[in-house]
Amino acid sequence: MPIITDTGFAPDDDLALLCLDDLTDSTGQAALDLPLDADPDAVPRHFDRLTHIVIPFPGFADGRGFSLARRLRALGYRGRLRAAGHLIPDQYAFARFCGFDEVQISSEQADRQAESQWTIHTRALPPFLRRRTGGWTQPAT
Amino acid sequence: MYRYDEFDHDYVRARVSEFRDQTQRRIDGALTEDEYKPLRLQNGLYLQLHAYMLRVAIPYGTLNSRQMRTLAMIAERWDEGYGHFTTRQNIQYNWTRLTDVGDILDALADVEMHAIQTSGNCIRNVTADHFAGAAADEIEDPRPTAELIRQWSTAHPEFAFLPRKFKVAVTGSPNDRAVTKAHDIGLRMLRNAAGEAGYEVIVGGGLGRTPMIGKVIRDFLPKDDLLPYLEAILRVYNLHGRRDNKYKARIKILVHETGIEDMRAQVEAEFERQMHEEGGPLVAPDPVQVARIESYFAPPAFEVLPDRSETLEVAMANDAALKTWVENNTSDHRASGHAIVTVAIKGTGEAPGDATTAQMRVLATLGERYSHDELRISHEQNVILPHVRKDDLPAIFSALRKAGLASANAGLITDIIACPGLDYCALATARSIPVAQDLSRRFAAPERAAAIGNFTIKISGCINACGHHHVGHVGILGLEKSGIENYQITLGGDHTETMAVGERAGPGISAEEVGPAIERLVDAYLDTRVDETERFIDTYRRIGAEPFRQALYAA
Repeated sequence: MPIITDTGFAPDDDLALLCLDDLTDSTGQAALDLPLDADPDAVPRHFDRLTHIVIPFPGFADGRGFSLARRLRALGYRGRLRAAGHLIPDQYAFARFCGFDEVQISSEQADRQAESQWTIHTRALPPFLRRRTGGWTQPAT
Repeated sequence: MYRYDEFDHDYVRARVSEFRDQTQRRIDGALTEDEYKPLRLQNGLYLQLHAYMLRVAIPYGTLNSRQMRTLAMIAERWDEGYGHFTTRQNIQYNWTRLTDVGDILDALADVEMHAIQTSGNCIRNVTADHFAGAAADEIEDPRPTAELIRQWSTAHPEFAFLPRKFKVAVTGSPNDRAVTKAHDIGLRMLRNAAGEAGYEVIVGGGLGRTPMIGKVIRDFLPKDDLLPYLEAILRVYNLHGRRDNKYKARIKILVHETGIEDMRAQVEAEFERQMHEEGGPLVAPDPVQVARIESYFAPPAFEVLPDRSETLEVAMANDAALKTWVENNTSDHRASGHAIVTVAIKGTGEAPGDATTAQMRVLATLGERYSHDELRISHEQNVILPHVRKDDLPAIFSALRKAGLASANAGLITDIIACPGLDYCALATARSIPVAQDLSRRFAAPERAAAIGNFTIKISGCINACGHHHVGHVGILGLEKSGIENYQITLGGDHTETMAVGERAGPGISAEEVGPAIERLVDAYLDTRVDETERFIDTYRRIGAEPFRQALYAA
């Protein structure tokens, strides 16, 4: 399950994921698996302890993850944000604009869609965004 | 008219090469068919019954003569010599070869056009009043707003994979010619008590298998707040719109199931969150860009003329056909001595909205010579010359007559809307065009059509309602019953500011029965109306469906 960032493919980091219900005020640094139907407003109180939030993409045509990422960034999340599941290379730039730092795909897909197809992500940037300085991606800490 | 800046130019070119690359990746297997399909659709390319169809965007229906000539050239060079103007102010080419698509898109980019987001589950090409900037009844030109929305929605990273397609329409006039209440979002420009410009925001309208009239979600939205507010609606929809059933995935179903009050609360909360984001909302429009857009839609320098044109009066006195055409096909212009011309692409026995290469070239020339180089496509599938001197109407009529474009039937019973239907469309269950052709022949006599007056017939070849049948005074829906085409008639629909969804008259009838049934219905109307100022829809509202139902099924 390779991970894709702006610099290319990296091996799976086998992140240990917790659910929202697993988090308590005494939980240390953790990575959260956040389902698409979760209430984003329940997450901010844990922001400080989260190194990663992972948002699933059950299918590439299901765009809920893009809005959920935007919402989390708007709520002030500064940790790493990962889209995991089925995205296609043509969505990589969209994911980055919406606040994701990285994308995790299946090995089958990585075999089919070479690294170079994922990293030319600056092509065809939306003009509305290019007209203004900066993009939508918040700096990750 | 809007002109591309370097960002628009760069983007449209980059998008063409991106699409060539996507197609290549499909061919070499990097993209599966499922993965390629939405990319193809978001570039306007459908696979239809017999061939690919390319739908080209005409943003808010406005184009210049050079662009119209390119549309003609594409029809001639890469299609069968004609194109089809659609109810969303676009043009479709029905015989596109996959290998030509890149070249067609390049030709479009040469004249600042594209086919982006004319299909797919994204924010579609935005539509507007086809009389924008010309109508005498207008509060404000809706096109700067429509253009701003075009820029904001183009390749919007968050909203390219919505539950379903998303259509926005804008009107700047209280007389709603943009069908705003049948759109996912409708915007009506207005002024508040303090005289400030803003919008009434309507959400959750739509036709299709579950027709719904849009509901007001915000009475008055200040102009500057438009994009953050649209962003809020779209975010709520993207997160909560149904994805389990494509027939329940439009925002109208979300609004219906959630309730407008709850929907409003969610949207307002999302809007407030954005307004309080660090540094302000990310999509607050840049005032410099807004001013730039507005400057492009400044009205042309209209000649100062007396409102009555002696040239026209004399010509009409000598030519009854011209007089009829002027009466039916021109509308009030804001500038004295000027008129708006509707060129009806509705010749007797022809497919509604189909224009040949030669006709498109004539229209381009007329636009250039007589209408400040501007043309419009209406959702009624007609072409508009928005800024014409009344003195020039005789010359325009004469040129249109030579081109077979002088049908004097704008707004009359033969000004029929019809989708492509089973002659082209893979979704269709019955043919639309032959029904429209039959009706146009039955009511071809100009005196008869004029006597009937304003009467809208809208025909769809399947339940998806591209032909807007729900909002026709008479709607005709083509279905299939045990392998045979069957047509359901609806009565009393209205697409304007007094929008109503038509009522089903009764059981479906065969294709051959449609024409005679509509003739009986029209006769019943003529026998019943108070006088000739009472339109069919008025009579229907006065006396109800029953007399018309009886006439329809009298055979």
